[in-house]
This record gives sequence, structure tokens and C-alpha cells, in this order.
Amino acid sequence: MAHLTAPPQLLTTTLGKAMRWAQQQSMWPATFGLACCAIEMMATGTAHNDLARFGMEVFRASPRQADLMVVAGRVSQKMAPVLRQVYDQMADPKWVISMGACASTGGMFNNYALVQGVDQIVPVDVYVPGCPPGPQSLMHGILTLQDKVVSGELAR
Amino acid sequence: MMAEPTSTTDIWVSGTEAPEVSEWMVSGTDEGAQEMERHETTERSVEQRGSRVVDDWVVDDTVDDEERMIVNMGPQHPSTHGVLRLNIELEGEIVRRVKPIIGYLHTGMEKTAETLTFLQGGTNVTRMDYLAPLHNELCYSLAVEKLLGVEIPPRAQAIRVLMTELNRVSSHLVATATNGMDIGALSMMMYGFRERELVLAFFEKTTGLRMNHNYIRPGGVAADLPDGWEEDVAEILERIPRALRDYEDLLKENPIWLGRTRGVGIITADECLAYGVTGPTLRAAGVPWDLRKAQPYSGIEAYEFDVVTGSRGDVYDRYRVRIGEIHQSLRIIEQAAGAMPRGDYKTGDRKVSPPPRQRIDESMEALIHHFKIYTEGFKVPAGETYLAIEGPRGELGCYLVSDGSGAPLRMHTRAPSFSNLQALPIMMADSLVADTVACIASLDPVMGDVDR
Amino acid sequence: MSGDSSPGQVAGADEVLANLMEAVPSVEAGRSVGDRVIRVPARDLARVAGAARALGFEMCSDLTVVDYLGKRRVRFEVVVNLLSLQHNRRLRVLVPVPEGDPEVPSLVPVYPGANFLEREAYDMFGIRFAGHPDLTRILMPDDWAGHPLRRDFDVGAVPVQVKDAPQVR
Ligand code: SF4
Repeated sequence: MAHLTAPPQLLTTTLGKAMRWAQQQSMWPATFGLACCAIEMMATGTAHNDLARFGMEVFRASPRQADLMVVAGRVSQKMAPVLRQVYDQMADPKWVISMGACASTGGMFNNYALVQGVDQIVPVDVYVPGCPPGPQSLMHGILTLQDKVVSGELAR
Repeated sequence: MMAEPTSTTDIWVSGTEAPEVSEWMVSGTDEGAQEMERHETTERSVEQRGSRVVDDWVVDDTVDDEERMIVNMGPQHPSTHGVLRLNIELEGEIVRRVKPIIGYLHTGMEKTAETLTFLQGGTNVTRMDYLAPLHNELCYSLAVEKLLGVEIPPRAQAIRVLMTELNRVSSHLVATATNGMDIGALSMMMYGFRERELVLAFFEKTTGLRMNHNYIRPGGVAADLPDGWEEDVAEILERIPRALRDYEDLLKENPIWLGRTRGVGIITADECLAYGVTGPTLRAAGVPWDLRKAQPYSGIEAYEFDVVTGSRGDVYDRYRVRIGEIHQSLRIIEQAAGAMPRGDYKTGDRKVSPPPRQRIDESMEALIHHFKIYTEGFKVPAGETYLAIEGPRGELGCYLVSDGSGAPLRMHTRAPSFSNLQALPIMMADSLVADTVACIASLDPVMGDVDR
Repeated sequence: MSGDSSPGQVAGADEVLANLMEAVPSVEAGRSVGDRVIRVPARDLARVAGAARALGFEMCSDLTVVDYLGKRRVRFEVVVNLLSLQHNRRLRVLVPVPEGDPEVPSLVPVYPGANFLEREAYDMFGIRFAGHPDLTRILMPDDWAGHPLRRDFDVGAVPVQVKDAPQVR
């Protein structure tokens, strides 16, 4: 009766929790750098700030392989259809972070050329404020998203 | 089918008599124009193909359409440095024609500039070329100051030189880093951004922001250098040359790097001039044209530095020119930090700069004055002017028209990346499709600057 | 070339200008805040550019338009910035263009680098450049109506919506 005396090797959980945990830990962002904020997004991914600590350093060039779209920068009227198409090409489940004042509200450019807030085109889960948001802010935004996914608020 | 190989000393446009060799070229530098290596007169058509594929294709419009393919690259592509889109016409592996399609980042900044006062304008222009925000601010401020006719105190000028040269360093670091990444030298990406972080930390300390500082303003700079800036600059001056040696170890003689960059994306001096290409791309083609020497601004003529030039005008030369320019910028920074004049960091002209903080507590008039400058802005005499400085990507100009009110009638930026982008089809014609990203990266276009 | 070399003050500068005025008699020379500018009628722009290039202005560094709506009789002004590396000087060419017939000759045959600049001017102001190889919109989407940098084109500001904080699902 060895299996009764051996230390327990089981962990019970619900399927939902396991799924959310897995989703949280392997979110791959699509590269969608648009403007100044994109440079800060790149800085977040490279040596000094090292996004790899959160399992998210694999920036995917193809939207088909990505779960998270970080809209980093200003979205022009000309870019808006492209952005929507990239979003549609991403496989479910997918999340969107709107990074920076421009992506969230148009920022200081309230004029004919910019879409005043990317949430008019795609559903946004987390807004990161700042112009540009520093790498720490972006990480905070990403961690917020992860928390929300784990807590079930944004699980897909 | 190819143009005659052009010798790089022959940079003059046809129709003018040959100039005596370049008195103005060498007199501009302290040690003469620096040439890195002699131009070998190999057939350009063979060179251009990078990997030296011999190709006997002849221009022939009857070529079967099945062999011809139009590939769309971008606007969402990791190697187009933002949202550049290229229509590339391919014949097998060979690029025949390229058409850049831009405007995906058009922000309407020139329109927004008309709604902001001259003092607020800095927040707008700093967001154009986001890798060189301080250059944008400097160019705009100099243009406003030219219309105003105000004098800038020596300390403010020295701070401006110090900050813009630091900015040139950080911008060239990003250019080198992304150039490395695009060709496959991924560690270059990590290194470049690591050193950039050092400069950005100093910017954050001085200006409050890592990018988009709005630090250089008409009339001076927004704040004095912070306490302990000497140590920070000394650390930058010590660590970056060390890092540059690392890069050189990594890339300078790396056979893969050489194979991917030498003889790739060649553009001649003639073509550069015809297409309005400036900056490192022009200098890599052998023309020692640097506005800091030729048309100095902000007291930069007082500093010693050399103009770095290449000779072949290929991707490798552009990379070497950028590395050389980082060294030269560090030289300027060292001199500026060593001889930083004392005094005010903004002009004492009360029409342009607000009264000092203590005066506001004491006097009602000073308070009203302060309020008016920040709400209405100052009036700028009517007139129009163009002013250009040497940005990290080339000639960065500002054309400013004032009608005598507090906001510009028209503010136009001559964006170096915009003109430089026209060189892309020439560089890429008849090269291999794999060299596309090398060409784009070596041109270092910043889409915010292209589209504005 | 040391400190005294601000553009327009290089020795021989006036010779260049005199030569240019001789080549194209309709050129008017003037100064604007210390810079040398010349004003030419639109029909002579291409000739001026050709003459300037022959005189050593190798590069067309900038081309833009100013809309003087309500300020001047002739509404638009095309501004061309030429740069000479060998003389180390700049030359600004101002070309008044009436609203009714906004057309000037293209500089692309003389300065290929004017290509993008002219397309931008066309896109933003609706100035036509006769002889341009591909005069299409460059920054705005192809189906855009209007020319946004004209003074009578609205800034297009929309009120910023501040949305409610999202409800916790
Ligand atoms: S929010 Fe600021 S930093 Fe980000 S894209 Fe807009 S202007 Fe640039």
C-alpha cells in the first residue's frame, strides 16, 4: 500500500483557475509600436528593465501568435483600419493595453489627424497613463492586467 | 544598365565647374576630413547586391509577369521602425523597385502648432522626432529667438549644447541597436538600450522626463542643471566609451556583420545631394557636411570636434559614422561640462521669460506678468524665418511665420527623416530582398519625424 | 570656416545673387530677418531653380506653403529653401500663388528631392505642381476630403470624452 504512505503529490484545483493561471503566465504581446511610446515599450523589453521577468518578453511579430496588443502611441486616421485588422487577426483569448495619453485619449493632439482614443476601435482592458509612460508604468499596467486575469475579472 | 561608378571625390553637380578640392571641406574640421577607408572602384552593380550574387537580368519590360511579384511590407512590421510601409517589386530575390508609403503616423502637429502659443510650442515639436526631442526643441527655440531677437546667456547656450549632444549619443545608440537587431545581432539591441538608459537617467534627473522633455524653451532652458550633474556626466563619459569598445569587438570585424553590411545599400554623394539626403547618410557617402561646422548655432563653434565621414556610402560606413559621431559628441560633452559658464540659465529679457520665483511673492506686478506670459504668451514680431541645426538624422529645420500675435501663423519642420526616406528606393534598387531591412535600419528613419 | 560664416554673409554671396537675377530678370531680392530671400512669379520658378542649380545650389532642402488667408491679397506662398554646400549658403525662394489657380511648376526635374516635399504641399494645401511625376496624397488617406493645413480647414478638435470607470464584472 505504498501509495497511501507516500507524501501527497496531488494538487486539486478547478479547471477555470488552472486556465486563468496559464493565461496569466504566458501572455505574448504583439509588437504594435506606433510612436514615442513604442520606444519606451522597447526599453521595457530590453536589458535594463527586462520584461522577461513576467514571462512576457516574447514580442511576437505576427498577430496570429500574440495574445496581447500593446497599442503604444498615437493612432492616426490612416492607421486605424490597420490597427483594427491586426486586432481581428489575433487569436482568442486576447487583451489590449492602451499605452500613453495619445492611445487613450488623443493626448495633446486634439486635431483632425488622430483617433481620439483607441477604445473607439478596439476594446481596451487596461489604460496606462503618461506621456510617455515609463517602463515602470507599463510594467504596472501589465501586472494589473495579469491580476485581473487571475482574479477572473478579465478571463476569457 | 547601371550608372558609371562614381568616384566619391567628384561630388559636384554637373554643370558647375569642378570645385577646387574642398577647402571648405577640410577647414571645417580640426584634423581634416577623416576618411575611414579608400573607396575601391568595384563595379557598383555587383557591390550593390550585397552577397555578390551575379545576376544577368537586364531591364526589360517584356519580362514575364509571373516572375514579378509585388510584396507589401508594413505598416505593421517589426523591422520597419514604426509604421513605414513599402511596396517592393521583386524579380525572384532581387528588388527592382520600391515605393515608400507613409502617413500612418500623421499627427497634424503643424496644425496643432498654430493653436499653441510660442511658449507652448515646445511641447508639440518635442514629440516629432522622439529619439531626438531636444534637437527639435532647440531648433524651434532658435527660430523663435531669431524672430524675437533676444540674446541667450552663455550658460544656457552651454547647457543646450551639452544636452543636445547627449541626445545625439542616445539617438545614435538606438540607431546602432536597432540596426544590429534587424540584421540579427540581437545582443547589440540589449547593449545599445542598456547604455541609452544611462543617458536617459540623466535626462530624467535634469528635465523630469525620460523623453519629450520640453526642456529647451524660447529664451533659455526650463531649469538649471541639477546638483551633482558633474558626476553624472563624468560617469557617462567614462562608461559609454567602454561600451563602444564592446560594440566594436562585437561588430567591427565580425564576418557575418561585414557580409551583411559591406557593399549593401550604396548611395553616392551625388545621389544624396540630389535627393536632399543629409546627416550620417550623406557623410557616409564622403561629404563632410555638418551644420555644426558649416553654419554653427548656439555657440557650438567654440568646441573642438571632427566631422566623421565614410567613403563608400554603404550600410557599414553609416554604422561606422554613427559610432564615430558618438565619440565626437562625447568630446563636445567633455568640453562643455569642463567649462560650463556661470550665470543665468535663461534670458533676462522680461518680455520672454517670466520673473524669478521670489519676485512673485513680493510684487503683484510680477505675479500678473507671470500669469500673462503663461496664459497669453509673448508676442513675436511679424516675420518669417528658417533655421536649421544638425540633428542626429540630418538637417533639422524650422520654418516659422509670425503675424505679430502670440501664436505662429505657420510652423513647418523640415524633417530629416522625411527627405532621407526618398533615398531608400535608390539604395535598394537591384539589391537582394534580404538586404531591405539592413537598408531601412541604416537610414534610421523615425516615423514621427517623417509623418509629423 | 569659423564663426563669421552665417549664411548670406559669405564672400561672393552677392555675386551669386546677381548672377541669378541676370539669368531670370523677374527675380526680386530682399531680406527677411537677416536671411536673403528672393521672390519670383510662379511661371518663372522652374527657370530660377535651374539657374540656381547651375550656380551651385545642389540641394533643395525644404519646400513648404504658407496660407495667408485674410492677411494678404494673394493667399498662398510657396517657400522653397535651397542649400549650396560649396558656397555654404542658403537661398529662400518665395512664390506667391493665387487661390483661384493654385499651380506652380514642379521642381522634381531639377531637384529630384523635391518629390516628397511637393506631394506633402499638395496634400496639405492643395497646391498643384505641374509636371510632378506622381502628385498624390502622401500623409492623409487617399480618400480624404480637403486640405488640412489650410487656414479655413477646421482643427478638427472633438470634445474629449471622459468615460465612467469600468464596472467590475
Ligand atoms: S502619449 Fe506621449 S509619448 Fe506616447 S505617443 Fe503620445 S505623445 Fe508620444
